[in-house]
Amino acid sequence: MSIDETSAETAGTAAADREKPAGKAGPGRRGPVKDRRLNPIRELARAMILSVLRDKGTIFFLMVFPILFLMLFGSLFKSGGTSHIKVAQVGEVQVLDSLTGAQRDQLSKAATITRVKSESAALEKVREGDYDAVVEQDGDTVVLRYSVSDSVKGASARATLNAVLEQANLAATGMPAKYTLKASQVEDESVKPIQYLTPGLLGFAIATSAVFSTALTLVTLRRKKILQRMQLSPIRPWEVVAARISMTMLMALTQTALFLAVATLPYFGLRLTGNWWLVVPLVVCGTLALMSLGLLIGSVTNTEESAGGLAQLLVLPMSLLSGSFFSLDSAPEWVRAISYVMPLHYLVEGGESVLSRGGGVLDVLPTMGGMLAFAAVVTALTLRFFKWNEG
Amino acid sequence: MTAAIVADGVRKRYGDIQAVDGVSLHIEAGEFYGILGPNGAGKTTTLEILEGVREPDEGRIELFGESPWPRNPRLLKRIGVQFQASSFFDKLTTRETICLFASFYRVGVRQADAMLERVGLTEFGEVPADKLSGGQAQRLSIACGLVHDPEIVFLDEPTAGLDPQARRNLWDLLRDVNAEGRTLVLTTHYLDEAEMLCDRVSVMEKGRVLKTGAPAALVRELDDMVRVSVESGLVKAETLRGLLAAAGVENAVVEDDGITLSIATHSPGPVLSVLADRRALRSLEVRGATLEDVFLQLTGREYRA
Repeated sequence: MSIDETSAETAGTAAADREKPAGKAGPGRRGPVKDRRLNPIRELARAMILSVLRDKGTIFFLMVFPILFLMLFGSLFKSGGTSHIKVAQVGEVQVLDSLTGAQRDQLSKAATITRVKSESAALEKVREGDYDAVVEQDGDTVVLRYSVSDSVKGASARATLNAVLEQANLAATGMPAKYTLKASQVEDESVKPIQYLTPGLLGFAIATSAVFSTALTLVTLRRKKILQRMQLSPIRPWEVVAARISMTMLMALTQTALFLAVATLPYFGLRLTGNWWLVVPLVVCGTLALMSLGLLIGSVTNTEESAGGLAQLLVLPMSLLSGSFFSLDSAPEWVRAISYVMPLHYLVEGGESVLSRGGGVLDVLPTMGGMLAFAAVVTALTLRFFKWNEG
Repeated sequence: MTAAIVADGVRKRYGDIQAVDGVSLHIEAGEFYGILGPNGAGKTTTLEILEGVREPDEGRIELFGESPWPRNPRLLKRIGVQFQASSFFDKLTTRETICLFASFYRVGVRQADAMLERVGLTEFGEVPADKLSGGQAQRLSIACGLVHDPEIVFLDEPTAGLDPQARRNLWDLLRDVNAEGRTLVLTTHYLDEAEMLCDRVSVMEKGRVLKTGAPAALVRELDDMVRVSVESGLVKAETLRGLLAAAGVENAVVEDDGITLSIATHSPGPVLSVLADRRALRSLEVRGATLEDVFLQLTGREYRA
């Protein structure tokens, strides 16, 4: 206890004198000393950010955990996509050796063909996984041997070679080639898992932080009577809201940056397309929509436990049904119908479109508008339930 | 003197409970005013209605002639509120906490620091607010309510749960704040606190104001009731009543709680001589009436906080 003892005896006047340098001469008056005024929005946003940053559990749950999810799923599904195949060639293989110009270029896009001296050495290398297949010629027969351990690549090698052979057969008939092989990497046209995992898990991460932390903060502020304390200060309600929005936005955009940084690592291999920056306004709109759900939950519940439970009840099914963890392309019609009312669905879908499918402004403008409308409707509903204090 | 706070016929009901039942108060500017009563008397609700947190069902409230309900930002700048010490943001330091509250009033950093200095917490500036001791947290809470230099300060049980040393420190601080000309309104269930600090008190029970006045005047009205107490077991309460009646002492209230035998009386002289005759003077204490006795007289029952 170190409140200074002198103040007890000397009471008022001494105390008032001491205060003068700080610009205080008595109640209701301000001194002449210049003093930087504190801005309520900035201070409040800062306070909210600090309470998250200083809580290791929250940081892990909101920031690290979703990234770990991305890394885990990204690695798990990585082998699912095919890539360039490597073929060892033993001896002469006429159809391959005679390819020239454009045809050779086309083939080399799909496969790298390396000459290997002995057949047994080549087979050994296929078994070890250094090559995907061995090709050699036995009379008029072209023999392709591949390992069953990676059937995808084996099939890919077979298909590529087949195409070359058909072309050669056609050429052997003396007719001008009507069709030509246009080999190209399969993944350019189909969806690689990282392409939907990145927006999907990012949506999940933002839903978690926007819904959970908004709902929990609101309940905690009310329970600890901080909300009531604010009600008794001249701070304007929109200033409180602005502070909360800036804080949530900062978190969502940090998550977005982290996700893109990790997903575009060569290991995970996300390639961004032209308008990927549109993910920023998309995330802003999506965060507003999800935050409004958090505010609604925080307004209708009275304890952290019930708010957390309700948020979980909402976020997890919403993430599953919005394609956060897996693509909904093959989901039954009714599942997709449900997902159409969920803001997260639009955030995930829009994210996929702009990040890696070359979507432009016009593709996501309606999505953003829809999410903002959702936010407006839910916020209007929230105002009916909002209360400053518990009693 | 001008009235800082006027309340007239204020009522508030929660379901079946009439929390505030026709309270009228007139608090002068610069007064140190106490609202006193046991838990559940309606003190906090009354205070919250005065502050403008809650709307009364009935009645009129004016702070400097303006109604605090609905939320009146102009008035909010002129009033300060001390909340329970737990109403701080998680994970913020002491200094960050007061700066946050200062920002709500667009007050400057220097003024916030000066207020921290004032309540003796400068050296704890970087300590997390939830790591402060009970007394320090309570002082921080008061500092947050004072940081914008308010004219009226509301305090809700500021010393609840504090140790005696911390309580005294806080009393000194509150007297200082009042001496600067601010109006202080405090609720408390500690009678000694009201007696020590307040210019005037209103004794509340069951949502009603039973009596209002200066503590000393209220006590004086009790007609100099004196409490005499000795160790229990020296003489039986029953026996003593008989002896006192025989000695012509009227209206004496004799109680024995197993530790202390106490006698409330208007004529302590004869009581003391009866006790002396019985050689029953061990641990003798004689004290004048307190607010506790006022409460006893007003409600007909012991004061239990």
